[in-house]
Amino acid sequence: MSPLPAPHDIPLPLPVSPLFLEVAIVFLFLIHILFVALMVGGSLLTVAFEIRGRRRPDCDTLAREIAATVTVNKSLAVVLGVGPLLVMNVFYTVFFYSANALTGAAWLAIIPLVTAAFLLTYLHKYTWERLADAKSLHIAIGALASVLFLIVPFVFLTNINLMLFPDRWTSVHGFLTALVLPNVLPRYLHFVTASVALTGLFLMAYFGRASYPVEGVFREFDRRALRRRFASIALGATGLQLLLGPLLFFTLPAVGVSWALAFNILAGISLALVAIVLLIHEVTAPAACLGVRYLAIATALTGTVIFMAYGRHLYRERALEPHRAAMAARTAEFGEAALAAQMRAKAGIHRTKGEVPLPPGEQVFKSICSACHARDTRLVGPPLTEVDRIYKGNPAALIAWVKAPGKKRPDYPQMPAIKLTEVQYQAVADYVLSPGH
Amino acid sequence: MDFPIFHLDFAGNRLLIAGIAVLHVAINHALAVGAMPLVTMMELHDLRHGRPDWDRLAYRTLAVCFIITTSVGALTGVGIWFATSLVNPAAIGSLIRVFFGAWFAEWIVFCLEVVAITTYFLTWKRMGHRHKRAHIALGIGLSLLSWLTMAVIVAILSFMMEPGSWTSQRSFISGVFNPLYLPQLAFRTPVAMLAAGLFALGLAFFLTRSERGLRAEAVRLLSLWVVAWTPLALAGGWWYRARVPAWMLANMPVALATQAYQGWYRDIAVALAAMGAVVLAVAAWGAFVPRRLPRAALLVPFCLVLVMLGSFERVREFIRKPFVIGSYLYANGIRADAVPLLQEEGVLAHAAYVSSRTITPANREEAGRELFLICCTRCHTTSGVNSVLAKLTNLYGAGPWDRDVVKGYLRTMHTVRPYMPPFPGTEEEAGAVADYLLALRRMPAELDGAQTAGVRVPPDGAPAPGSR
Ligand code: HEC
Ligand code: HEC
Repeated sequence: MSPLPAPHDIPLPLPVSPLFLEVAIVFLFLIHILFVALMVGGSLLTVAFEIRGRRRPDCDTLAREIAATVTVNKSLAVVLGVGPLLVMNVFYTVFFYSANALTGAAWLAIIPLVTAAFLLTYLHKYTWERLADAKSLHIAIGALASVLFLIVPFVFLTNINLMLFPDRWTSVHGFLTALVLPNVLPRYLHFVTASVALTGLFLMAYFGRASYPVEGVFREFDRRALRRRFASIALGATGLQLLLGPLLFFTLPAVGVSWALAFNILAGISLALVAIVLLIHEVTAPAACLGVRYLAIATALTGTVIFMAYGRHLYRERALEPHRAAMAARTAEFGEAALAAQMRAKAGIHRTKGEVPLPPGEQVFKSICSACHARDTRLVGPPLTEVDRIYKGNPAALIAWVKAPGKKRPDYPQMPAIKLTEVQYQAVADYVLSPGH
Repeated sequence: MDFPIFHLDFAGNRLLIAGIAVLHVAINHALAVGAMPLVTMMELHDLRHGRPDWDRLAYRTLAVCFIITTSVGALTGVGIWFATSLVNPAAIGSLIRVFFGAWFAEWIVFCLEVVAITTYFLTWKRMGHRHKRAHIALGIGLSLLSWLTMAVIVAILSFMMEPGSWTSQRSFISGVFNPLYLPQLAFRTPVAMLAAGLFALGLAFFLTRSERGLRAEAVRLLSLWVVAWTPLALAGGWWYRARVPAWMLANMPVALATQAYQGWYRDIAVALAAMGAVVLAVAAWGAFVPRRLPRAALLVPFCLVLVMLGSFERVREFIRKPFVIGSYLYANGIRADAVPLLQEEGVLAHAAYVSSRTITPANREEAGRELFLICCTRCHTTSGVNSVLAKLTNLYGAGPWDRDVVKGYLRTMHTVRPYMPPFPGTEEEAGAVADYLLALRRMPAELDGAQTAGVRVPPDGAPAPGSR
């Protein structure tokens, strides 16, 4: 097995307690991913209903109503992502940034991709009437936005996955090689399906709530029909997870698996089963209004998501734990050695073999000035014979020049100011003006 | 040294960050910080004087700002972060540890700002005339939030230039109240207002095509707005410049013009001042004879302000060199306090991603390449922007170069060119870099970053944990 990378951590203390960061990472991330899911799922459903809307006008209206939620949810998805990103950055600095760099081009491409997706979403929303006669074009705009929305999570998931396995870092050469690591694809499918499920659940409430003016908006659809429609979408997607979930679990590299993780997953599945049963009821025999049953479904699925998110965190912590410990030890050792070397440097002790520190006079000249000045030929700057004529007997003026050179000779470039210690200034001035020169 | 090195060998990494940052700053200053108070003011104008046409203009201006800030604006903000964490992970990682509180607060304000602008925009028509006062109050709140996000981020930016007492105290408060904070804020605020005024002016021409009367009034009012903020911007700029440390000012000519054009420094400074004068002149024209102002005349000042803003950001980025965090972290991500150790024992001895810890006759050039990647590529490319080969050709001519002269240059580059950090490695390592540079010159080859080439680890890398 090839050796592992041995990076040092950033030697500044964590700004807040690790517990705070862990709680923040689980919860802030959940809120962020919820809106991402509504954005991705909403965008997909918009396109699906708009296509159906070519036959049934009410479906077109429905698509338009969903599109209005997407533009708001997408703004929230982005700003709510900044918080968890911040926490990831502090808590997993070395792991996260290393994965980012290894997939750099794709990682950076997220920015233009999401920007384009957002602009297309606005274009789609605000040209609904104007492009009514060019429906295919309009649908194509929405579909393009959806495709972009579908690409972006791939990049994120690849990064989040890669950071967990430093032993894989040397085998990665760009995004595509990181993408094919086991587990990325199952994770992705799991996420997209969850997005559709959550969006279904959200739209059930959005259109099912009493204050939504269904009659004013749709011709045929009534509140109950809408609710049922989205309940079946949520049901289908949640049911599919019963296949995708195990696939994800069994492709998970063993390093981070633990009993606690298994417990979380089982608890999550149990709640999902409860939700599925309730959803089946809702589809076959819809309740009179959005009431207790909806609340129960939403609570059960929220529970599922929390268990899964916490399990995910446990896995990550366990996978990284040994690397973290080794890194902390290395960082402390490096810090001490660096401090000792600073002390030696201050005291003028040089441990390096073969290298002479810059001693006064000749050494300063040879190592710095001689890059541009020679005795009696012009290099970058004028020859010393000329310098000698100007400054003979006046080293103070020469020092003043070296500290802050002016622009004097029109046919020469400007000399840069040279930073030295006072002792070195004096020494080099004496050396330049010494009779030997 | 501790991160895989992302590198763009043609455009250079600085250009990547600069491009995203300038776009973001322009949008943030002109279309958010400055535009929100301006739009609110236009809305207020309707309330006071019963002018629905002003209300419409305000709404349309807001619509443009809304669409751009919530897409390009928000994403370039995240983009700066992505790009800096690729280009200089050590820097952004350190900054986040110091400024976690500020960034976290910034994030909360940012969330509120997005909610506020979305509500402000989406309820404009729905709240109608009956709730106009409440809606205007929302606009005022939004303006404050936009300003607040800028106020927090400026603390971090100015900290990066001059950490002040943080380097000794290492506390959050000492970091936030660094010496450049208030001056920079006092400069950016009026500049944002000014830029927003110019942007709205240009936009007003498109939005008032059929309403000549409204157009003249809008041009007058917006021009007055610009004229009013200009002296404050100048005063802020003056104060800021007075506070920039002397060693940074010494970098100013190269910052503005690059070394080759150092002599033009004065001319460029003059040109920037002239741009300011043009902006003021156009605004004054608009304020006094609004009907006579041609449309093209409006685009000019807006573009000029963008150029000024761009130069300001460039100078700000440059003059803090060789540091990314003043006196603490060099631009190549190496901490100043680690340099003595690295100069004794070598960069190769401590770097995570090098193929070997020692230099042998067989791997000299390869070791040199890896060292160059670590020590120099945050600022140089091989043959693209700020190409090291071109720089060396300037110094040592088109003829053959002497390896030992190049090596000697590396050992002293920080004294000769104070905007470069010291070479952090041993003499032997400097020799290897010189070997690489000479080889590169014989046979130019693109230098790939970790994003395509991946990383290598020396044979004595960390043992597999849990001895797997
Ligand atoms: C990067 C190249 C460079 C380096 C390194 C350099 N110089 Fe110069 N020096 C110049 C140039 C170019 C001029 C001519 C500038 C002019 O006339 O405008 C100059 C001019 C001078 C002059 C003449 C000033 C006068 O009043 O005419 C002195 C003295 C001098 N250098 C001393 C030094 C000393 C001492 C060092 C080392 C500590 C040094 N230089 C390093 C490029 C350099
Ligand atoms: C902080 C960023 C930074 C780092 C790191 C850096 N340089 Fe530079 N270097 C510059 C800048 C800026 C210039 C001047 C560019 C110009 O001409 O405008 C420069 C100029 C040079 C020059 C020409 C100097 C002259 O006197 O004309 C050489 C040669 C050079 N660098 C080599 C290197 C090498 C080799 C390394 C790595 C060991 C390195 N630099 C690291 C920023 C940097």
